[in-house]
Amino acid sequence: MSSIDFLFQGIIKAFELIFSLNPYIISITGVSIRVSGTATILATLTAIPLACGITFLNFKGKQALITLINTGMGLPSVFVGLFIFLMIVPAGPFGFLKMYYTQEAMILAQYILITPVICGISLAAIKAVPQPVIDTVYTLGGSRKDIVITMLREARFGLFTSVLAGLGRALAEVGAILIVGGNIAYTGSVGGIGEGLSYTRSLTTAITLETSKGEVSTSIALGIILISLVLSINILANFFQRME
Amino acid sequence: MRNLSVKILFVSILISIFAGCVQQAPTGNTTTPIPTASVPLELRLATTTSTCDTKLLDVLNKKFEETNNVKILTVCEGTGKAIATGELGAVDVVMVHAVDSELKAVANGSFINRSYMMYNYFVIIGPENDPAGIRNASNATEVFSKIASKQSAFISRGDSSGTHIMEKSIWKAANITPAGTWYQSNGKGMGDTIITADTKEGYTLSDRGTYLSMKDKIKLKILFESDQKYLFNPYHVMSANPVKFPNVKYDLAMKYIGYVLSPQGQDIIRNYGKDKYGEALFVPEEDAGDVTGP
Repeated sequence: MSSIDFLFQGIIKAFELIFSLNPYIISITGVSIRVSGTATILATLTAIPLACGITFLNFKGKQALITLINTGMGLPSVFVGLFIFLMIVPAGPFGFLKMYYTQEAMILAQYILITPVICGISLAAIKAVPQPVIDTVYTLGGSRKDIVITMLREARFGLFTSVLAGLGRALAEVGAILIVGGNIAYTGSVGGIGEGLSYTRSLTTAITLETSKGEVSTSIALGIILISLVLSINILANFFQRME
Repeated sequence: MRNLSVKILFVSILISIFAGCVQQAPTGNTTTPIPTASVPLELRLATTTSTCDTKLLDVLNKKFEETNNVKILTVCEGTGKAIATGELGAVDVVMVHAVDSELKAVANGSFINRSYMMYNYFVIIGPENDPAGIRNASNATEVFSKIASKQSAFISRGDSSGTHIMEKSIWKAANITPAGTWYQSNGKGMGDTIITADTKEGYTLSDRGTYLSMKDKIKLKILFESDQKYLFNPYHVMSANPVKFPNVKYDLAMKYIGYVLSPQGQDIIRNYGKDKYGEALFVPEEDAGDVTGP
């Protein structure tokens, strides 16, 4: 079988899996959305206020913090996964939380991975607001608060892009959640597509599993579902932006 | 103003999508039919890729879950990592196949009640034209010597799994330190390694079960088997030591081990794969006879 055949079979299989509403596929897609969506919401709530604080406040160690955030944008996910796993296993310092092999651990891992991404892009977006805009608010007698609000409003597209970038990285990520979540599905689907539902198996970790078994067309099908998911979020986001 | 209300509508749609997903989790889990009212217990099992990829566990665990109101959370990761996970206290029971590593982990107090549950044989697979001429070798060490002297491509698991440990012990017995471009370490599970070997038309060592479950997707054939000394592949189950890890579900782990060794569990192992592959993938301990685990 040629690789093009795999691709075609994968596309056909993707449609079969989507339109048959296969419960296993729905459950792994659900885990992907739930974990990455929650991580993105939490990361946004941390990152954007942090970016504002860095932009509008002056404090010691500001430059060091910016360097830390920029470094964090390139954190290797496997390392983050392993580090968190060692922290949360019973033999580790946070073992009492019993977070190992749970969706909460997956959310935590992705939160750590994408907070710097959202923060870094937000910083750049706020910084890119043209100086004349700020000057105008100032000359019109605007207070410090007015300047902050104006800058955030001017930077809104960039801020929005930062959230989408974070969500995109979270949905595509596999290294960290594979380690902390364990890629677990209930009996019936332990070895791949079956009757069992997902516990900590996401679209990306399922792709890893199917590829390792040589089920290439299934992997392609899952990949197509993942890409469609990201695409529809972006179309929605685009629509949202054009409403302005 | 109208603009604002549309925006609010969109934000609430987005939030409800995520919220819907968050809520879906518990309902999705609890609506699966559970005859008893009580919430099922969870048993964490770390195991090697072969028991997962062959789907043996999907069949074997089902019966246990139904009769005991238990959900088994299976982590499939290769023997080396499965034992390491157990040594961190993250699982209640492990099902693995590397005798020396198992004994070491029992000796350091991480596991107890190590029990022999089943075996099969490793097979040496390679391209049909057999460039190293291993088909007529008399034992596994001779096979490895031939591959090394011909410098034919050999793909190693390279992941400290049971299969990798067995492979290293065969090289050692053959007095060869494999090195050179022909010897490639893959660092992945059995399925991945078979696919790599298939792509590169190289040789590799595989457990029989995983090979059989993939044989329709690859061109490699079994070229050497039935060396009872070096290709013997026994599987053991053991429970995490509750003295070392007070949080593990020791009673449930023991119940599971008891089930795997019971006539019911052994019978499932005995018959698994016969309908799909024309032969059983594993031999249960009950049928082992003289073939006993070390």
